[in-house]
Amino acid sequence: MQSTPIERVCGRACVVRGDDIDTDRIIPARYLRCVTFDGIGEHAFEDDRRLAKGDHPFDEERFDGAGILVVGRNFGCGSSREHAPQSLMRRGFRAFVGGSFAEIFQGNCVALGLPCVTLADADLAALMDSVELDPTQEVVVDLASRRVTSRAGSAHADMPEGSRRQLLEGSWNATAVLLEAGDAIEATAARIPYVHGFAA
Amino acid sequence: MSERTLLDKVWDAHAVRELPSGQTQLFIGLHLIHEVTSPQAFSELHEQGLPVRFPARTFATVDHIVPTDSQRRPLKDPLAEEMMVALERSCREHGIRLFDATSGRQGIVHVIGPELGLTQPGMTIACGDSHTSTHGALGAVAFGIGTSQVRDVLATQCLAVGRPRVRRIEVSGALAAGVYAKDVILSIIRRLGVKGGLGYAYEYAGAVIETMGIEERMTVCNMSIEGGARVGYVNPDETTVDYLRGREFAPQGAALTRARSFWRGMASDADAVYDDRVELDGSTLAPAVTWGINPGQSVAVDESIPRPEQAPEAERAGLAEALAHMDLRPGEPIAGTPIDVAFIGSCTNGRISDLREAAIVASKGRVAPGVRALVVPGSRAVALQAEAEGLTDVFRAAGFDWREPGCSMCLAMNPDKLVGRELCASSSNRNFKGRQGSPTGRTLLMSPAMVAAAALRGAVADVREIL
Repeated sequence: MQSTPIERVCGRACVVRGDDIDTDRIIPARYLRCVTFDGIGEHAFEDDRRLAKGDHPFDEERFDGAGILVVGRNFGCGSSREHAPQSLMRRGFRAFVGGSFAEIFQGNCVALGLPCVTLADADLAALMDSVELDPTQEVVVDLASRRVTSRAGSAHADMPEGSRRQLLEGSWNATAVLLEAGDAIEATAARIPYVHGFAA
Repeated sequence: MSERTLLDKVWDAHAVRELPSGQTQLFIGLHLIHEVTSPQAFSELHEQGLPVRFPARTFATVDHIVPTDSQRRPLKDPLAEEMMVALERSCREHGIRLFDATSGRQGIVHVIGPELGLTQPGMTIACGDSHTSTHGALGAVAFGIGTSQVRDVLATQCLAVGRPRVRRIEVSGALAAGVYAKDVILSIIRRLGVKGGLGYAYEYAGAVIETMGIEERMTVCNMSIEGGARVGYVNPDETTVDYLRGREFAPQGAALTRARSFWRGMASDADAVYDDRVELDGSTLAPAVTWGINPGQSVAVDESIPRPEQAPEAERAGLAEALAHMDLRPGEPIAGTPIDVAFIGSCTNGRISDLREAAIVASKGRVAPGVRALVVPGSRAVALQAEAEGLTDVFRAAGFDWREPGCSMCLAMNPDKLVGRELCASSSNRNFKGRQGSPTGRTLLMSPAMVAAAALRGAVADVREIL
């Protein structure tokens, strides 16, 4: 099953400031007690939102309908729970723009067709300020040209090249791509000594 | 061929092909699953009508949701019971071996893998859990993955991954008494930061690492991800071979002889080329304690809580947020901070060697009044060994609660949780806001011996004064 190529994501954006926002904060562990991801979107940032008493960006009306989440550095660090990007996706986010992303989070996002692109510090700061000033503006995350464009200007956006190509080629649903290797998988296994119990 | 790291060798041995994206299709030698991150993967397999490609190369256990007071079925939490049933059904349908409570082999996935001899040098290992890096202690390349990738491995026994760079971290010298593997890794993360490892595999080396036992190496590798590195490993040596000899799934007899030469051959070459190198003098390390809300925010037990105004400008807001959550005062010594809960356990520090070190401290007193102290063995085997050695009695006599094996209070997906603003001295791996089950709860990470010391004193204490 080939997945849809993703060349660009456009839409309004929401800003969640702060570095090192971990996946426990994005989705508290108690919501991992489930056998489907259905309904998980409503619990995104639940504890942070409760502690902020309505003062969290996710509760601000001006950010309603945002499809791009703008974050700080090392976003998504910690647990490998795919429930984190799943909860954000199910709230409507289709792309992430930040200072940097934790590797497992970034990989989980790619597997769902959600690009995570990074900006230089000054460009990120300008984008955050601009979106907060005018959340109605359209932000464009363009993977083909590696640019994020907003009222703050057009900035160079980075992303690991392999992931970028997976999204552009529509090969981000890796199962189909990996299955194409066919018998080469068994052939590789046959060459690895432990797979056969180190038989002589 | 020379100049290759273990990562290079393992990578090349498991590469099925280069993908058009530039990533590698990597064969996964061992896939470990548990109840939390696998149900949706099995559902997708079912929807796409795909079989499990190599069912004999996947092993399952239950750890995250199991209660530690009683594992009796049905579990009291209906959601947990539903997850348990789902895993049992998936394993049965696909012919996957499940180590459940009745098997005598149940435990935290990163404890039982090595314990059963499933984890071996030169392997690629994947598991839907970020602490999969633990298995690198035996010289494996082990990745934490998400649920979509669990589906990929079930369906193809492969992952699409980019090759990480390798940073060699050399810890020279020798550790002082009262300083443990946990202090080594907390000190490394403090120095390199929680994002310092992004894009890297960490190769841990040097006299301190080489003289460590395998379980201590697991503690170090376990927290690689807390430093941003998805993979961490130690080159296999004779300590590794000795550890594996006689374990249930490890090769025996003539096969072990052949395995040994394969394993030792996978170690990095003496002239291996690294992308980065870092050196640390292990002799200067002291017991470490975190004071903040990420594992990089630690100090030595005889240091004071940092002042935001002395930090680089870019970090000040983060420090202030951490201090506000922790309700700790900058400039005050960390020692003497009163605790409410003491937790010994987790995939970081729930092994027999950890319990032995903690029991030495526990034998010197009683848990302070008002402190809730619990010891949760990492697996059934650890529990039985601790009972046989009399450690269970030592802990109980000191006032610790002795529990059934599981992840317990490390992540609070089971009934073990902090309540309100409770402050917990914990041998686990994450001090994130809300991590231990209460949004306002607070966690201080430290070695199991330091947790025991804190339990006796009722406050953060320097274990070196008790030993």
